Amino acid sequence: MATIYIDNKPYEVKDGQNLLQACLFLGFNIPYFCWHPAMHSVGACRQCAVKQFRDEKDTRGKIVMSCMTPAADGARISIDDPEVKEFRASVIEWLMLNHPHDCPVCDEGGECHLQDMTVMTGHSYRRTRFRKRTHRNQCLGPFLNHEMNRCIQCYRCVRFYCDYAGGRDLNVFGSHHHVYFGRYEDGILENEFSGNLVEVCPTGVFTDKTLKKHYTRKWDLQTAPSVCVHCGLGCNTIPGERYGKLRRILNRYNGEVNGYFLCDRGRFGYEFVNSKERIREPLIRNKDNGALEPASEERVLGHLSNILYFGAKVIGIGSPRASLEANFALRTLVGPERFFPGISEKEHQLTSAAIEILRKGPARTPSLRDVALSDAVFILGEDVINTAPLLGLALRQSVRQKPMEMVKRLNIPLWDDAAAREVIQHEKGPLFIAATHGTKLDEIAARTYNGSPDDLARLGFAVAHALDPSAPAVPDIGEDLIPLAQSIADSLKSAGSPLIISGMSTGSEAVLHAAATIVWALCRDNGNAALSFVMNECNSIGLGLMSGGSMNGAFDLNKAFDLVEEGKVDAAIVLENDLYRREDREKAERFFERCKHVIVIDHLFNNTAAKAEVVLPAGTFAESDGTLVNNEGRAQRFYQAFVPEGGIQESWRWLRDAMTASRRPVQWQSLDHVLSAMANEMPVFRTVAEIAPPAGFRIAGQKIPRQPHRYSGRTSIHANISVHEQKPPDDSDSALSFSMEGYEGMPPAPFITRFWSPGWNSVQAVNKFHCEVGGPLHGADPGKRLMEPTVSGEISYFQKVPQAFEPRKDELLMVPLHHIFGSEELSVLSPAIAERTPKPYLAISREDAGRLQVDQESELEIVISGRTYRLRGIINPSLPRGVAGLPVLAGLEGITLPAWGRVGRKA
Amino acid sequence: MFSLLRTMWNVFLHAFRKRETVLYPEVKPYIPPRWRGRIILSRDPDGEERCVACYLCAVACPVDCISLQAAEDEHGRRYPEFFRINFSRCIFCGFCEEACPTYAIQLTPDFEMGEYVRQNLVYEKEHLLISGPGKYPDYSFYRVAGLSIEGKDKGEAENEGPPVDVRDLMP
Ligand code: SF4
Ligand code: SF4
Ligand code: SF4
Ligand code: SF4
Ligand code: FES
Repeated sequence: MATIYIDNKPYEVKDGQNLLQACLFLGFNIPYFCWHPAMHSVGACRQCAVKQFRDEKDTRGKIVMSCMTPAADGARISIDDPEVKEFRASVIEWLMLNHPHDCPVCDEGGECHLQDMTVMTGHSYRRTRFRKRTHRNQCLGPFLNHEMNRCIQCYRCVRFYCDYAGGRDLNVFGSHHHVYFGRYEDGILENEFSGNLVEVCPTGVFTDKTLKKHYTRKWDLQTAPSVCVHCGLGCNTIPGERYGKLRRILNRYNGEVNGYFLCDRGRFGYEFVNSKERIREPLIRNKDNGALEPASEERVLGHLSNILYFGAKVIGIGSPRASLEANFALRTLVGPERFFPGISEKEHQLTSAAIEILRKGPARTPSLRDVALSDAVFILGEDVINTAPLLGLALRQSVRQKPMEMVKRLNIPLWDDAAAREVIQHEKGPLFIAATHGTKLDEIAARTYNGSPDDLARLGFAVAHALDPSAPAVPDIGEDLIPLAQSIADSLKSAGSPLIISGMSTGSEAVLHAAATIVWALCRDNGNAALSFVMNECNSIGLGLMSGGSMNGAFDLNKAFDLVEEGKVDAAIVLENDLYRREDREKAERFFERCKHVIVIDHLFNNTAAKAEVVLPAGTFAESDGTLVNNEGRAQRFYQAFVPEGGIQESWRWLRDAMTASRRPVQWQSLDHVLSAMANEMPVFRTVAEIAPPAGFRIAGQKIPRQPHRYSGRTSIHANISVHEQKPPDDSDSALSFSMEGYEGMPPAPFITRFWSPGWNSVQAVNKFHCEVGGPLHGADPGKRLMEPTVSGEISYFQKVPQAFEPRKDELLMVPLHHIFGSEELSVLSPAIAERTPKPYLAISREDAGRLQVDQESELEIVISGRTYRLRGIINPSLPRGVAGLPVLAGLEGITLPAWGRVGRKA
Repeated sequence: MFSLLRTMWNVFLHAFRKRETVLYPEVKPYIPPRWRGRIILSRDPDGEERCVACYLCAVACPVDCISLQAAEDEHGRRYPEFFRINFSRCIFCGFCEEACPTYAIQLTPDFEMGEYVRQNLVYEKEHLLISGPGKYPDYSFYRVAGLSIEGKDKGEAENEGPPVDVRDLMP
């Protein structure tokens, strides 16, 4: 701890900080532009000036940049000194010399850091008579607008995009007051994290293009704390609604999970909520003409009571993209032994294996913050940028951990970003990537290896064997693999917090076993060794835990199909799941043919809903409350952002109504009842109710408002329908209200509906909500970990090492290639994401291309398990011989990979 | 007794005084131009809608009786897709006019807005938009703003230099 004196009052601050962050987190307001809590200081904007004094006797002092000055013990500064105030006012006046007269038509307005800082410094009148410098804008693709006139040259954008996120196609051009932040030429910004520029840029240069299509100011958005549903990481988000439509997603800081950033899939994938394909009313199939027709809630429930009569043999098919509560309600309705997780046999196997490894083994799953702090990483079989994007962003920071030692040795403060980068140069810590194909992170990896899933597992086992000779040896290991395995093992062994990453995407259990074996071998002498599995969907782990998480494979979709086939099922309830994505088309067709009654609860009209007898409209993440368990095993609550029109309600409410209608009554009035029933029934979910205070929670007798206190149009929004104002909807499920009235102070961390603080309208207000850079939110970061490793006991390694991969003569092994834009079911329905989605293709290795005599873009015919696909061929030199990459895209779903397939030129 | 008679006499005399009552509606009273009456949306000197849908009037309104939705037309100009004022709530404080950065929303001297049905006090854009510039005949926001629209490129607004050539290295 250090004591600093601010305007002659002593304050205790943590060591190793700079004055700016120390003052901000103490609650002082110092204007700044170029400093960012994740990217630290460069001293570029000169806005954060304060006056520093040598000692008590020094009355003159000198002006310093607070972001570049250490908060050393005994430092004396003044924020309010008249001279420094004038200095700051002049700085902002200079920055505004060329600023356009744009606020009314600027999407940043109302949440603009520049506006806030201008008000804070008191600059209010334009004195200069000279002409403004202007710039032309660029077209940057479907995600971002560009309006360069508004730039204040703080350099945050390039520091984030290039230095932090590893982007290459955005930079600064030109000199003096002509500097230009953009691309070399117009074109789509390639980096997967480009959307963060919306929040990073303190002005309206980079703004959200999807928001502009239905533009709403921050003060008019009704918002709630939420969790991203587009991958297994569960980043925390803030969805905003106006006039019944979801308008945008912003980042919600969570120190343990996503920190200050989101990926573009999570930020721009929200528009499926507004999709025309939404199911908005209950539908019943008309027996005569076979069409699905809207029906009233009573009629539907009456119909359900006939189908689900007491004693009927009903099965439930759950979903890894539905909340714990929804899955639990379904499980309660049908009974545990008739509840199927609704994922393919293979996925179920892999999920169960992953959960078992994480619970029974000694290795801990790291949070994303831990990932960023790892000093040696080995990725086995994952293309993380495409399957768990923010994990990739965390890994880009982790490779800086080891070189940061040099910075520490030179006594350079860690927040002095420019100096630190100067020292580090291109030095990278050890990151090893073994995957079926080349991945985007290869550019920062020390060594990479591409091989078939079996070969990846063999490499993994070889590393484990190098770490601990008692781990199984790899038979007939190639000469080239031994030194590679040894060097990976050496780096992992010498690291302080080594990390192994693996996951579902190779579809190979052996790869998971190999990853577990490595980390368990490490755990023998390093308790910090961590293991992270990338999961397919937002609640894969939650569903896995609910369906037992055991390896016996008693439950999966195939078992449900078998039951139907044997005629042992009267009715099936499919919860938020498109079975055509899970299993082979024929199997799914057969299921719908054979099953007498199919009830589908979902929010989007997909192939499965099209086959149902009864369709019930479910709320999306933005229209319901629930809990999701991310890949770390962290259960996180998301709250309803708005009340949708039509007959939509939460899936668990539909299931409760169905239970009541079919005389299986449950006393569930609100979410809390479901949570406590779940905790009683399944001890693993005991702590889920404690993620957030219950619905009865009040501060000063008040709920926490979802609407900002300056929400406009309250007496006008519905005036076209009726001039008599309606009472705002009640929320019996949470301590949040659908109103602008309520507690205005800082809410508890699980109830943060937006980052705002007096004088801080922009997202920079986040600094008021936690107590140190990158630290936890006040209180604690929300979420509860449900899985902890078993530390004591003998480790028994997995023993089965697969055979080396043998390319076949007339067939190729198809492995899945994931795409950040396109591979996830919901986000592809958002127009901006759809625009970035590639067309289906088949990637083949150069050798195979030569052998099959195909060129880039030639038309191929592919036969996989009896089905024929026509795809364009793409040569991917990183693929090993005998292996082909099949993208996970619409049109190619329902194929369980890896699988052998025949490839030929189109006849 | 005397005072009673005096009062009656005075009242009688009033019958011959000049009449103070204005015979509204046959006679219209003088209303100063800065009177805060019925709200209108004006057009700029070129006849285009002035409102750029910035939402400032809506947020300034103390009774929250303005709602609108922003959109952009094919010329790059922003405009309100709908614009609604619930006059049954409006208190004619004039805050919206003060907040408006484009002089689009203006209060007028018209106060004759009585209705028998309250619903009729809900005005939509077609009821609000007039064909002229109202009190401010000359101002056009887009001539000042840095945003380019069709017919006004970058660098063509007031007090703007031509767009920078980024590849130029001259000082
Ligand atoms: S960047 Fe901020 S200050 Fe500049 S025009 Fe936009 S809202 Fe106004
Ligand atoms: S574009 Fe934005 S982030 Fe980049 S330098 Fe300009 S103001 Fe800063
Ligand atoms: S990394 Fe995953 S959870 Fe995070 S924002 Fe992206 S898609 Fe959502
Ligand atoms: S303040 Fe003026 S420009 Fe802005 S929305 Fe209201 S009327 Fe339109
Ligand atoms: S924030 Fe300190 S110089 Fe920019």
